[in-house]
Amino acid sequence: MESKVVAMKHAIAAHVRDGDTVVIEGFTHLICFAAGHEIIRQRRKDLTLCRLTPDLIYDQMIGAGCAKKLVFSWAGNPGAGSLHAFRRAVEKGAPPLEIEEYSHFGMVARMSAGAASLPFWPMRNYMGTDLPVVNPRIKTVTCPYTGEELATVPALNPDVTIIAAQRADRFGNAQVWGLLGVQKEAAFASKRVIVVVEELVDQSVIRSDPNRTLIPGMIVDAVVVEPWGCHPSYAQGFYDRDNDFYVAWEDISRDAAKLQGYLDEWVHGVADRAAYMEKQPELKRRLTAKAQMCGGVNYGF
Amino acid sequence: MASDYSPSEMMAAVAARELSDREVVFVGIGLPNLACNLARAIQAPDLVLIYESGAVGAVPERLPVSIGDPSLVTGSLMVCSMADVFQLFLQNGKIEVGFLGGAQIDRWGNINTTVIGKYDKPKVRLPGSGGAAEIAVHAQRVLIISRLNPRAFPAELDFLTSPGQRCKGKTRKELGMPGAGPVKVITDRGILENDPETGEMVLTALYPGSTAEEVKANVGWPLRVRDHLGQVAPPTAQEIDLLRHKLDPQKLFLG
Repeated sequence: MESKVVAMKHAIAAHVRDGDTVVIEGFTHLICFAAGHEIIRQRRKDLTLCRLTPDLIYDQMIGAGCAKKLVFSWAGNPGAGSLHAFRRAVEKGAPPLEIEEYSHFGMVARMSAGAASLPFWPMRNYMGTDLPVVNPRIKTVTCPYTGEELATVPALNPDVTIIAAQRADRFGNAQVWGLLGVQKEAAFASKRVIVVVEELVDQSVIRSDPNRTLIPGMIVDAVVVEPWGCHPSYAQGFYDRDNDFYVAWEDISRDAAKLQGYLDEWVHGVADRAAYMEKQPELKRRLTAKAQMCGGVNYGF
Repeated sequence: MASDYSPSEMMAAVAARELSDREVVFVGIGLPNLACNLARAIQAPDLVLIYESGAVGAVPERLPVSIGDPSLVTGSLMVCSMADVFQLFLQNGKIEVGFLGGAQIDRWGNINTTVIGKYDKPKVRLPGSGGAAEIAVHAQRVLIISRLNPRAFPAELDFLTSPGQRCKGKTRKELGMPGAGPVKVITDRGILENDPETGEMVLTALYPGSTAEEVKANVGWPLRVRDHLGQVAPPTAQEIDLLRHKLDPQKLFLG
């Protein structure tokens, strides 16, 4: 089998197109900022960006003009404040941004339906609230067995999903530990999948611990090896979340000019993630994870 | 008993006292997280903390800044996907207590975390539901934590994100919601409780130094006051010591 390992710029050039529906998942953990930055560098536009928590990465992509539409369930800066590029777009139309809004369970259910190749997913939710009023894609169905009325959300099937993982082999069999978010469902729901890893390992490492594999290589189109690819998000066992940067974003994003200055210096002003890291060598000292190993298990029979 | 304490410290202590040992709690960031870890240190060592990020039985060694902090994973009982969190734990009725807050809370305990103003052209765009809508539907009981002020407790919500005891005239039972919904609103001056007869939030207890008139002045509907108002004890020296020196020494959430 041929290796799927490519550089980030080639993966984005080959798999992310103008007008695509794009998912970069990861709930606080393993959010692939390196991929978002490369999409900005390649000046992709008219994207429909989907994520439970748009987080700083989608705020940057909205600020950079990549987004036509945002599909989401919680648009804040976790623990630090607001996403101001998002708020400027929604409150002032600068620039205009379509939104389609669910709750977390609703977004998870959309991806679960997409991953299971079903048209929708039922759930007990939203009764009496205004979410279905502003989002007509939230509907109801009557259970054919009990007669209960259930809420439904439509399947989400992205054109491309980008997942960060701690390690994978060169065919894309990717292993994740720590918070798992909705990455497995997002990847299985997607037409194309890019896996971005901290570490490329031999397949024997993957085979030694198969329960830890979240994404099988058979659904992966490209593997990118990108150490520190999630900063300022984190990778359990590799580096901590850069909470200071999340706090700093409040000030950067509040001012549209300052946000453009950030993009000029830290996205357009660097060739790739390696250059981004070389510009701030103190990060490794400040954020590198300490070791806390697990015991391992016996897979013998 | 402490005599010098902040409103946030009082709210965290009051919320912690609501929790019993071995209960299963869906934890939010900020005061709910402090309350749960305070309860764990005092009367509820086996409280099970579940975060929507997928950490089950978390024992955070540091104060988590976000709901997906890596310290929630290290040493936890289980880490599961978010599909499992919402389907197997929450929708399946395994969550006993949920904590919620919001920009606006109405007399039925309905919550708005979506917009101030009109949805299509908001004055302030808030983050939205996150997991709050489904927590409000499914948790066996919900505790709301919010500081009192007239804007936060209006007569009418700008948007109904998470359901309380009555939504647009209908009861939870009529709407088919499994959980009991919000049973208490823990404020910075006293406690409102759900009157099971009407579904209304009623003032039932005051903190030291607060009056019913002050509470009523901060609420946008004609607040009912229970005849015999309870008096809530101030934080104990132990509660204050844990909050200030162990749980939030940098005053991230106890400002």
